[in-house]
Amino acid sequence: MKHIISIRDFTREELDGLLDHARRIEQGGYAGNELAGRILALLFFEPSTRTRISFETAMARLGGERISLDCVEASSIVKGESLADTIRVISGYADAIVLRHPKEGAARLAAEFASVPVINAGDGAGQHPSQTLLDLYTIREHLPLRGIEIGLLGDLRYGRTVHSLTYALSLYDVMVHAIAPEGLKLPQNVIHEMKEREMEVHEWSDISKIIGDLDVLYVTRIQRERFPDAASYYSVASSYRVTPELLAGGKPHLIVLHPLPRLDEIDPRVDSLPHARYFEQARNAVPVRMALLKEVMG
Amino acid sequence: MSNAAGKALLISPIRNGTVIDHISAGEALNVLKILGITGSTTECLSIATNVTSGRIGKKDIVKIENRELKKEEVDRIALIAPKATINIIRNFGVFEKKGVRIPPVLKGVVRCPNPGCISNTMEPIQSTFEVIPKGLRCMYCDWVITKDIANYII
Ligand SMILES: [Zn+2]
Repeated sequence: MKHIISIRDFTREELDGLLDHARRIEQGGYAGNELAGRILALLFFEPSTRTRISFETAMARLGGERISLDCVEASSIVKGESLADTIRVISGYADAIVLRHPKEGAARLAAEFASVPVINAGDGAGQHPSQTLLDLYTIREHLPLRGIEIGLLGDLRYGRTVHSLTYALSLYDVMVHAIAPEGLKLPQNVIHEMKEREMEVHEWSDISKIIGDLDVLYVTRIQRERFPDAASYYSVASSYRVTPELLAGGKPHLIVLHPLPRLDEIDPRVDSLPHARYFEQARNAVPVRMALLKEVMG
Repeated sequence: MSNAAGKALLISPIRNGTVIDHISAGEALNVLKILGITGSTTECLSIATNVTSGRIGKKDIVKIENRELKKEEVDRIALIAPKATINIIRNFGVFEKKGVRIPPVLKGVVRCPNPGCISNTMEPIQSTFEVIPKGLRCMYCDWVITKDIANYII
């Protein structure tokens, strides 16, 4: 039985295999009844509309059914029942479980107690492997993953998507530029681990110094609550904002990604530029999650 | 107390049981904690701390009568006392002598320092750590403990 818990559980060959599979699906290589008669359980102990809807869409496109427990129902369960028990019960109803939970390691626990495959759809500040897969997928659709330079911009300290993406990128031969304000820099242990894995990581605080070298710019949200007051937030947020003027200094093929939802990190004027690929990235969630569902239930 | 009397006390033999020797000085109580030996256990215990030893300077010694420690019990000790030696005593003689070796996975020994970790909730699981070169890694949340491991012992 195959669970999808952490990007760290994958080898590069396995990632490539999944991404190739997602590409075949996107190109129409599926019948639409592959998972007919199968039931997917969506257990969301905290809200994540986008992730949930894309899993629902992926299951529907493969002809499967779904049952779900939304976060209001889930939180009432939390009061009386352990996650382990919930998972054991739902295992008896469904053919696979997609779990979103506020505690780190919840998906690993679920995999121990489930008698069906578990897909981690985000556990607290921990892993969110299907997001990382669709990030990789989007980059790979535009550029070879080997030899490119990727800028990670914004909150690199708390941003979970960034840590797991950085780990996945270290399986490929890429150079990472970590661009973040003081206090939100990529944690030293992450940098240390990447260097151990022989990935080149450079740190910057000023995006304009490096924009011209980048093939990919991955933007993350800078959260207001990380700052002591509104003024310091706005001053940092404005100097990390992606605008057409900033991108004018970039390579013509530079692509801009963002896990969404965005706030002010990307100027809406960027949306119409050829660099803007974040809506395409969001759309890619469906073929990538279809590939994952086929992988665990097919 | 004369020196001779002190020495006699330290090495007073036991008939059957386990002697844990060469424990890093000051770690004897943590060793007992790891072994789950508390004030309420019935074993007859002797503990000597800061004993002069040619091999490691100062050391602690623990003797437990009428209990032979199993391999998985003693291996946990390696976390805080990597040089410890275990002597299984039968009828006043050393029946078996062995070193300690850190097992690849530790279950229920160390508490995860990450407050957001699922292993710190009421779930029916034991904390689980993988032993890696730089310390211990929580197999639930990936948190890495690199120092002061004894502080996290359950
Ligand atoms: Zn943990």
